[in-house]
Amino acid sequence: MPESPNQDVRASASTGPRAITENIRLKLRVPARLRNLELLLIIIAIAINLGSIALVQLGAIGHLGFTVLGLSGLLGVLVFAMHITLRVTARDADPLILPIITVLNGLGIAMIYRLDLADGFTGWSSGGVRQIVWTAIAIVIAMAVLLIIKNHRVLQRYRYIAMFSGIALLLLPLAPIIGDTRFGARLWVQIGAFSFQPGELAKIALAIFFAGYLVSARDSLSMVGRKVLGMTFPRARDLGPIIVVFVASMLVLIFQRDMGTALLYFGLFLVMIYVATGRSSWILLGMAMFLGGAFVASRFLTYISGRIDAWLDPFNPDVYDANGGSYQLVQGLFGLADGGLIGTGLGRGSPQITPLAESDYIISALGEELGLIGIFAILALYLLFVSRGFRIGFAGQDDFGRLLGVGLAFVIALQVFVVIGGVTRVIPLTGLTTPFLAAGGSSLVANWIIAALLLRLSDTVRHQPQLVIEPSIENRLVVGQ
Amino acid sequence: MNRELKRVSTVVLLMFVSLFISSSVIQVVTADSLQADGRNVRTLYASYSAERGPILVDGEPIALSKPVDDEFKFLRVYPKGELYAPITGYLTLNQGNTGLESSLNDYLSGSSNDQFFDQVNSILTGQNPTGAAVELTIDPVVQQAAWDALGDLKGAVIAIKPKTGEILAMVSKPTFDPNELAVHNTTAVIEAYNRLLNDADAPFFNRTLAGPLDPPGSTFKLVVAAAALESGEFTADSSFPNPAELQLPETTFKISNADRGTCGSGSTATIATAIRLSCNIPFAQLGDALGATTIRDQANKFGFNESVSVPLESTESVYPRALDRPQTMLSAFGQSSVRASPLQMAMVSMAIANSGTLMQPNLVESIMASDLTTIQSFEPTLFGQALSPQTAAALTQMMVDGVNNGAASSARIDGVEVAGKTGTAQNGEGEPYTLWFTGFAPANDPEVVVAVVVQDGGGLGQSGTSSGISAPIGRQVLEAVLNR
Repeated sequence: MPESPNQDVRASASTGPRAITENIRLKLRVPARLRNLELLLIIIAIAINLGSIALVQLGAIGHLGFTVLGLSGLLGVLVFAMHITLRVTARDADPLILPIITVLNGLGIAMIYRLDLADGFTGWSSGGVRQIVWTAIAIVIAMAVLLIIKNHRVLQRYRYIAMFSGIALLLLPLAPIIGDTRFGARLWVQIGAFSFQPGELAKIALAIFFAGYLVSARDSLSMVGRKVLGMTFPRARDLGPIIVVFVASMLVLIFQRDMGTALLYFGLFLVMIYVATGRSSWILLGMAMFLGGAFVASRFLTYISGRIDAWLDPFNPDVYDANGGSYQLVQGLFGLADGGLIGTGLGRGSPQITPLAESDYIISALGEELGLIGIFAILALYLLFVSRGFRIGFAGQDDFGRLLGVGLAFVIALQVFVVIGGVTRVIPLTGLTTPFLAAGGSSLVANWIIAALLLRLSDTVRHQPQLVIEPSIENRLVVGQ
Repeated sequence: MNRELKRVSTVVLLMFVSLFISSSVIQVVTADSLQADGRNVRTLYASYSAERGPILVDGEPIALSKPVDDEFKFLRVYPKGELYAPITGYLTLNQGNTGLESSLNDYLSGSSNDQFFDQVNSILTGQNPTGAAVELTIDPVVQQAAWDALGDLKGAVIAIKPKTGEILAMVSKPTFDPNELAVHNTTAVIEAYNRLLNDADAPFFNRTLAGPLDPPGSTFKLVVAAAALESGEFTADSSFPNPAELQLPETTFKISNADRGTCGSGSTATIATAIRLSCNIPFAQLGDALGATTIRDQANKFGFNESVSVPLESTESVYPRALDRPQTMLSAFGQSSVRASPLQMAMVSMAIANSGTLMQPNLVESIMASDLTTIQSFEPTLFGQALSPQTAAALTQMMVDGVNNGAASSARIDGVEVAGKTGTAQNGEGEPYTLWFTGFAPANDPEVVVAVVVQDGGGLGQSGTSSGISAPIGRQVLEAVLNR
């Protein structure tokens, strides 16, 4: 029966006063069907993860090793803990999000561990073990987010704090002493043995800021302005925030030499402002600004023009052999080609040949060993994850929640597109982490927080009786009068 | 807000569609060309990490992969390296492959389309993928006999079953040891490769079917006689004037028979006599009468002017276009710019031995997956109908007479009727001759065809003769088969 679990709620909500309905509902809805579905999917997800680690071991070293399997099993326990957290604090949260990210995270760990085996890393120097520890930390933080933020609307109140902390996080790597340059990009903060990429967290802070700011400012943004060539362009003072974000993005691009992150922030802001105001002129303006900036940058920053050459003509021997040329890109393509349709099998390819196979190029490593079938499965999981986020946008009642849901989901989609598109030559390569898959603690923590926020938002969407008129619509009616 | 959301969803969907397309293009559409790129070391690793299938002769491996403890996991080993080198070729790490190692690489490495599901299966069951085993038609006894018969001479021997096209022996000398090139030390491989490549004796050539080809000399008379009989204008008894010397038209150049005398005692000589005694002058006149086009058409029916895949690719044997009259007359006894491989001359004998029906020569009997199921087995296939059964019978009789009572008498075997034709080809002023023999036995029900070429006059310069050197080699190989 294609009936949503909330059917009975709505029925009861429409019959009696609201206070009574709340009480009845709590008693009626004892079987948590969504959570039971999630439990089933999580069990499958953990089985896939343990299976892929076992296959990696059998394929690469010929026997099972129980340390890593055990550690991976402990992660499974943490995922169960997260599931129980959801049962307690967000019974109606989306049942697919947690299983999807569990599988993606697990596949990433299996591949990173596989590369350790190829490169002979063990113990704490093993990227796989570090990734498992970071995943554990990320899950704990995600649980904390779910427990602390019981209602996402509180975030709207802190939008300006979010903006300032976001920009501060962005600029942190530029600070002296703690800032750290790796692979030509200044994106890391190093304090003692502890290193972190604050830009990953900044994207969440900025998404919160954008959602909060746009919900309150969109009327002035969408209705006031000057008409030029049939399109309404915003007033200068409404342009303030977009200018701030633009400048911040360009600073990142120029000083941190990271086109990917700049593209990510800018794309996020454009989509959110478009969804909020419905004005395509914003998109036009924003694209023009970004492309103009990128064009100027490509003329003056050799590292960007090198990326473009490598994208256009990677097999040219000059480009291939050039310092910062297309060697890595081409090796990634070779890896993918070697995988073909069905892949070499986990532990049986040579993904370690491609530099940075555990981070930027993890998709080519997975494509090599799991084949096109594996890539399609991974892309489908991402698409499903993103669509769960968009569902919040379509079905939500409060505009802040809807915008935030769409923004967070779009960040993941854009990040997947930029990095996988870069590896597969759809666009020039820019360094970004593949969400949930790639090695990197900051990225894991940030993405699990995003997942936790989406879970919280999705719970609110289903939790709310739909007959209640949302406050924002009332507000708008008042404004309209 | 929903309208904008729908549009953004569409954009996101398009972004993902572009990723689906780009990954499909890389992993399926352009995968082959990416794998063929010389900078792709994965192809190299992959070709070694899978256990390459063996090449078998009568069940015994002549090329196999032995497990070793380095990053390539397997070392290619050739237990009887030199004996089979022209057939197996060699397999190097990254300096190219030759022979069957190259032409059957897809099967041996397990990457052929026929093995697709086996590979899927081995991935699913976690077994090491293994290439297919290739069983050859070679008979090890005949191969060894041919090897021994050729001795230290520079040349080649090929023996084929005329009824099926199965190649029983393929020997070429001087040759090389493929083990030298299979080692996992690129410097040593390049050093050995350069030494062998620059060797004046050209040991890399499989002289049975490739390398610079020799003029076929008198063995080519079989082709011209076939053309004559097939034309309907001549019979075995058609006769020609029989001088001891003939001046070629339009030149001052004079030709003579091998012994500088006439062809037999009469004032005329028949085609049959000219074959039996291997005379040049009657054939020069016959060639003049037939014309180059007729000879060329018949030669093409035997396989001239095309490459034959056994599945080693042969160099085209040549009967050229646009010969003038004197060139045509020289070509009629296998001189001028006519060139042939032993494989080609064996094919001429094969058609004659098999009543005019020429079968496709073939080295591979079957290809078996690692679980011993047969992936492909080779049935005898028709190459073409080269001549009529009547012509074949007439030519057989002439060749039998040549052995019993003529120029090829050194190929005689007691108790068996042998059909044979010798050839002594000139390579230019003062150059040593190329010595030929082709024939088959028993003449009434042929089991085996043989073709022998001995280069450099068998070390005797212009005093080496085909009856003294190449015909006895052919005889020993025929005996080896008949004694099986």
